[in-house]
Amino acid sequence: MNSRWILILFILFSLAVFFVAPFAGMTKISLSGIFASGSDGIESAVFWRIRVPRVLTAFLAGSGLALSGMAFQALFRNPLATPFTLGVSGGAAFGAALYMRLGVVLALPGFSGTTGAAFLGAVLVILLAYGLTRLQGGFATETLLLAGVALSYFLSSMILALQYSANLHDSFRLVRWLMGGLGLVGYDAVLTLFPLVATGTATLFLLRQEMNLLLLGDDLARSRGMELQRIRLLLFFAVSLMVGGIVSVCGPIGFVGMMVPHICRLLVGNDHRHLFPAVFFLGGAFLCLCDTGARIFFAPAEIPVGVITALLGGPFFLLLLFNRKLRSRVQ
Amino acid sequence: MSVPAFEIRNLRVLLGGKTILKELSFSLEEGESLCIIGPNGAGKSTLLKAMLRLLPIHGGRIFFEGQDIQKLSRRDLARQLAYVPQAGNMLIPYTVYAFVLMARYPYQNLLAPLSDKDHVIVHQSLEQCEMEHFAERPLASLSGGERQKVFIAAALAQCPRVLFLDEATTFLDYRHEGEVLALIRKLRDEEGVAVVSVTHDLNQGLHEYERVLALKDGRRIFFGPPQELMNCEMLTSIYDSPFRLLSDPEGGKEVVIPGKVTQ
Repeated sequence: MNSRWILILFILFSLAVFFVAPFAGMTKISLSGIFASGSDGIESAVFWRIRVPRVLTAFLAGSGLALSGMAFQALFRNPLATPFTLGVSGGAAFGAALYMRLGVVLALPGFSGTTGAAFLGAVLVILLAYGLTRLQGGFATETLLLAGVALSYFLSSMILALQYSANLHDSFRLVRWLMGGLGLVGYDAVLTLFPLVATGTATLFLLRQEMNLLLLGDDLARSRGMELQRIRLLLFFAVSLMVGGIVSVCGPIGFVGMMVPHICRLLVGNDHRHLFPAVFFLGGAFLCLCDTGARIFFAPAEIPVGVITALLGGPFFLLLLFNRKLRSRVQ
Repeated sequence: MSVPAFEIRNLRVLLGGKTILKELSFSLEEGESLCIIGPNGAGKSTLLKAMLRLLPIHGGRIFFEGQDIQKLSRRDLARQLAYVPQAGNMLIPYTVYAFVLMARYPYQNLLAPLSDKDHVIVHQSLEQCEMEHFAERPLASLSGGERQKVFIAAALAQCPRVLFLDEATTFLDYRHEGEVLALIRKLRDEEGVAVVSVTHDLNQGLHEYERVLALKDGRRIFFGPPQELMNCEMLTSIYDSPFRLLSDPEGGKEVVIPGKVTQ
């Protein structure tokens, strides 16, 4: 199968997920019900006020996380480099925890206190990673990844310390936040996410060729005429907007960002002109699907979407990775 | 046309706090090809990268056709100067065609993305290097020699005036080395592309180029036409190792042989 067909398949798949997902869930919804009004309006209210914004949020978050992962893998020329392996979720979680525990008010337009704090935490970690790459001579990617792991451990013990000293109520809120989730009502989350994800996505879309060149290494990329520092800065900027926004709204659901780009690399190759649309659609559809699963598997209870992404994605990823025929396409 | 193609004045380059190139000066006329020789660690690759502005310089200036290269945009540089690194152990996760197509980057912008002309040039470049049959193969599946030719094809797709080769033939077998050298000669003689090359192969350096620059410890010990370097004392002082000269009975050329006479 060539990459064009795979791409068409991805688009059809995500359209299907996108249109079917809002109908799945506890309350049965009929096609006629969604346009009913008055006393029959329950179906319509569930559909338009709960299901649709939730599907939109999941799609935006999934696409944004997957594209961010793709961009970081190109930036660092390393399959393990994603904003999350560099400690972004730790930063976001620490921000959120600090806010819940201490109630430090951070009034960012369009964000509640927790989301604002998480956004700042995530962006600070990405800026830290950027700063480290800019230091005299930069660091090897391996060093940076190790630093990310160390930072994650450090931040999680800070979070544990905050949690230990908190009361039961705050502590539970924090644990629930750390699991990630999309259980929001209304369009606030969509309205917060849309401008951030759209800006980031558009930036990455325009930099597809540059991401291709990044995989050739610094010297070749520069000798082909690329302004390396400027492109790096733009990519970091795009990723921090998206990831900051998504993590602050949905919690740390990072696995999507590592796995989806790799699945797409295995299937369509590394050329970002094909990879970008594949990652965009599969990322969105995958998180939509996981969120739908989270809603229906244990209904009426709902399990956190972060649990599902890893449960579904992990084995599938391993399968792809150890399939020799597919693996030969990564290199 | 009185402006030299390249003029290097008092160039000083530091890497990790260590001075690699010291007060280096030389100039190349339009169309002249240069071979850079010298022992390991003499600063050959550093000079090549500095001339391509892939490294920051810490003193002196580098002019290309009268313009300071530090003041040119990367895009402008890439349209004139192309770089061919050693392709041997680089992992490039693309097909041959996709890789060569990326070399058209300096001719694209947001308003004018890839055009038919770019594809035509990519085909021509692959054809010149006799690699058109490999277009859809992943680069990783090629042999070292094939990969090196693809790297040259990619550099050609940049439509450069000067081609920079960093030990492009060092790890190739005799047949591939011969093919790559023939290709470089053809580009120089038929396409008018000047070549700046770093090599350890003295016989190549002394016969294929108009100018030779010998570096040792970051200093210039010799710069001039290769004939003047054809003496054993000079070569021995550059490499701290004995050499002999032999006359090739068939071609009539002098050939450099490393080492002493052994019994």
